[in-house]
Amino acid sequence: MMMDQIRYIAPELGLLCFALLLVLVDLFISNKRALPFIAVIGALVSAAFVLTLWSVPSVEAFNKMIAVDQFGLFFKLLILAATVLVVMASHSYVLKFDKFQGEYYALLMLSALGLMLLVSAINLITIYVALELSSISLYVLVSFLKDKQSSEAGLKYLILGAVASAILLYGMAFVFGLTGNTCLPCIADYVKGMPLTSLLQNPVLLIGLVLIISGFGFKIASVPFQMWVPDVYQGAPTPVTAYLSVASKAAGFAVIARIFMTAFGMPAWLHNEWAMIIAVLDAVTMTVGNLTAIVQTNVKRLLGYSSIAQAGYLMVGLAAMGMSSQSGNVAAGGLIFFLLSYTLTNLGAFIAIIAISNKINSDEISDYAGMIKRSPLLALGLTVCLISLTGLPPTAGLIAKIYIFKGAIDQGLLWLVIIAVINSVVSAYYYFKVVKAMWLGEPASEEKVSSTWPEWVALAACCAIVVVMGILPGAFINLTQTAVKMLGI
Amino acid sequence: MNLNLLSWIVFLPVIGLIVIALWPRASQKTVKWIALIAALASFIISLYVFFMFDRSGAAIGHMQFEEKVLWIPAVNSYYHLGVDGLSLPLVILMTFLGVVSVLISWKIQLRPKEYFCWILLLESSILGVFTSLDLILFFLFWEVELIPMYFLINIWGSGRKEYAAYKYLIYTLVGSAFMLAGILSTYFITHTFDMTALAGISITSSFIPLTVLFFLLVIGFCIKLPVFPFHTWLPDAHTNAPTAASVILAGALLKMGGYGMIRLCVSMLPQVAVQYAPIMCILAVIGIIYGAAVTLRQTDLKRLIAYSSVSHMGYVLLGIFALTQVSLAGAALQMFSHGVITGLLFAMVGLVYDKTHTRDLNNLSGLARQMPVIVVVFSIAGLASLGLPGTVGFAAEFITFAGSFSSTVIAGMKIFTLIAVLGVVLTSGYILWMLQRVFYQYPLDKYNGVGDADLVEKIATFSFVVVIMLVGIYPAILTNVINMGIEPIAKLIGM
Repeated sequence: MMMDQIRYIAPELGLLCFALLLVLVDLFISNKRALPFIAVIGALVSAAFVLTLWSVPSVEAFNKMIAVDQFGLFFKLLILAATVLVVMASHSYVLKFDKFQGEYYALLMLSALGLMLLVSAINLITIYVALELSSISLYVLVSFLKDKQSSEAGLKYLILGAVASAILLYGMAFVFGLTGNTCLPCIADYVKGMPLTSLLQNPVLLIGLVLIISGFGFKIASVPFQMWVPDVYQGAPTPVTAYLSVASKAAGFAVIARIFMTAFGMPAWLHNEWAMIIAVLDAVTMTVGNLTAIVQTNVKRLLGYSSIAQAGYLMVGLAAMGMSSQSGNVAAGGLIFFLLSYTLTNLGAFIAIIAISNKINSDEISDYAGMIKRSPLLALGLTVCLISLTGLPPTAGLIAKIYIFKGAIDQGLLWLVIIAVINSVVSAYYYFKVVKAMWLGEPASEEKVSSTWPEWVALAACCAIVVVMGILPGAFINLTQTAVKMLGI
Repeated sequence: MNLNLLSWIVFLPVIGLIVIALWPRASQKTVKWIALIAALASFIISLYVFFMFDRSGAAIGHMQFEEKVLWIPAVNSYYHLGVDGLSLPLVILMTFLGVVSVLISWKIQLRPKEYFCWILLLESSILGVFTSLDLILFFLFWEVELIPMYFLINIWGSGRKEYAAYKYLIYTLVGSAFMLAGILSTYFITHTFDMTALAGISITSSFIPLTVLFFLLVIGFCIKLPVFPFHTWLPDAHTNAPTAASVILAGALLKMGGYGMIRLCVSMLPQVAVQYAPIMCILAVIGIIYGAAVTLRQTDLKRLIAYSSVSHMGYVLLGIFALTQVSLAGAALQMFSHGVITGLLFAMVGLVYDKTHTRDLNNLSGLARQMPVIVVVFSIAGLASLGLPGTVGFAAEFITFAGSFSSTVIAGMKIFTLIAVLGVVLTSGYILWMLQRVFYQYPLDKYNGVGDADLVEKIATFSFVVVIMLVGIYPAILTNVINMGIEPIAKLIGM
């Protein structure tokens, strides 16, 4: 019986094997350039396993510990794609380290493993364990540079992360205490049977939900749990920042969507009330993220704050999903499409930044002046990504915003959408600050900024998909629609 | 037989852009010729469409040269292009301006490759706005237009170009943000993005008051047109933009606002439009008088023309919200007329600046002797702008005022019109005053031998004059077409 089910976690097992293999190989070879290849192959093997599961009807495996459905599989592919791109972008960055290059890639893969388990987990315990697996790897990765900033970032991330984990666990304990179950479908059954009409009538459930939202709020960097973002983003090695800002955030949204839609998706009063909590947090998140991004002069900090704002747009989708109960396909599809677009766009931006800062050793926006002359292709790639983050055509960013806002308006959240669109206007100011510096500034030196081919390929791939998604979004939208149908909504 | 002519018109500039971008080590000359060929090809096809346009009564109320392909199935959005009498003149206007703006940029030295790429992208996106019949597609083209204009002002502009470019970007984005909310609300109420289907269905909604929907949509267009008090981006953008960008900005880009108002606000929500028309008319009158009064005080030639645009676009707004068939047709013709006249005025200011390196009225004097060709063309443009009979400016203003004066839909239209007509007097004031100061006082020695327009510039500016005269003498060439587009819209208002 157990053996049958092994295939359901084959992607995770494959990734684990390659992560361990990486550490072993690192011991014996002196040419460290082979290491990223092992990591990429590992991720591709894992992705191949995911694809074999794609057409399998959804099941709940291992005594309702994990679910195998297209929702989870989609996010696994997204996480693996992000991992491959980050590894490619790290390739020349990591060569600067004296030692622990193998460990760097291995930790990255272990973190991906944690996130993959997280997106398919349907049991509070599995969710917690998977979250910790990925978080602990990330704590180490953030402080990998071992200089003052990186260590500070690592410590901050560790302490705040530990507090967030504790809060999450506390919330889970309340839910378990109330329902006597840790598996999400069982919780759903219990909650449906409760004779309540409002959350306020049951403080235990209310506290549990608020604490769980807070715990994951840290992961997706929603206000007021966003304090760690700028320092950690600035201090961490840039590829790790890229990874944090996309893979970890995408998985965070996936698991929130899964917990709330599966366990607390019914009855109507319940999902309406948590959706309203998220909608209000969301309005604050976007506004704070955007307003603080305006004054930034460091491009990594700027993207840090911008990622808070982007999390805000994503939460619009989350709130709309909550409002919609049974017919939330458009909202959920919008959320997933936005995540796909955001992942590729933000990764593309970070890859360009990694390649540029490798050469000029600076993340200050003023040092990006005239980059279009020093490195036309990197600057063009970064421009495409920033345009997409602003939400202008012909890129994925615009379609994603239209899609997600449409879902929200369908649910009567017009006020939230108006706040969100005003926020996108504000965001244009700081994204275009970077674009302006690159295109119009006078270069500090005439020296060309070159990039290596893996960075190149990764950036080109991101930009190409972002533009294709912007012009012909049909196929991608179909994909996201498939992915949401399995969520039981 | 379906040749997808509209797609060719819209995307030929983009094809030109791609060729320029991929041409290895393209010399400045190659780049210019590719840009010219792309713009010219688009212009020729649009002329063909204009002549093949079905003017028979049976075609009234129908889109022509339609193309429709499912584009985003999940939200039921189509790649849907088409023209009717309202959009066709604007398409011709844009393709025409596309050709001329390449010609008047012939001497550009700074980063010519990028420059022509942006110009072509700008042309494509504006053409897309005028031809798309799907709201999502419309919005997409609407937003694309921002990026090239931002770069054109920012890189090739002068003076406070960075400030101007930013202001332009932020103003337009604010408008389009509201517009997006409006478009999505429209979809939520009607479940379609199809602009042809949306015109004329009676929209009712408990979800959002129609007034709110109307204002969400109209604010974006008001900023673009621009309507007082949203006009402050315009003088800055115009003054600091390079000549060709000013020409396209004044000539075609502002028309997106007027076009959007007629196509979306008036056609979709005629009852709400009637209800709030007095407010819009008051804004129009303020814009006309205030714009003209401010123009009188300008000493920078380009700023002067820019403020005169604020005043002239007030006529368009007045024509639209007088809500009669005649006034709407007048507004549509006024958009075309302002496009060529102000386009030409900006081109001429660009030429004067090229030769004398100043735009300050206080430093210019008596240029008539030194640049005889420029003075003639500039004067024709100026006279057209103040509405001299025989030019397109007269035809457009006359029809607009005749229509709005006789409007019975909106109370008090006669008074609004009478005040607005005073704008024409003020226009004569600043135009004649400007012409006199620049060309007809005593000549200055320092401008001896500055040279006149060369062949390319003559071709560009004379072609404007031909259009101004042609439509001025025989306006029916356009009004026939425009009426076909306006008639079904005027019917919706019920008058």
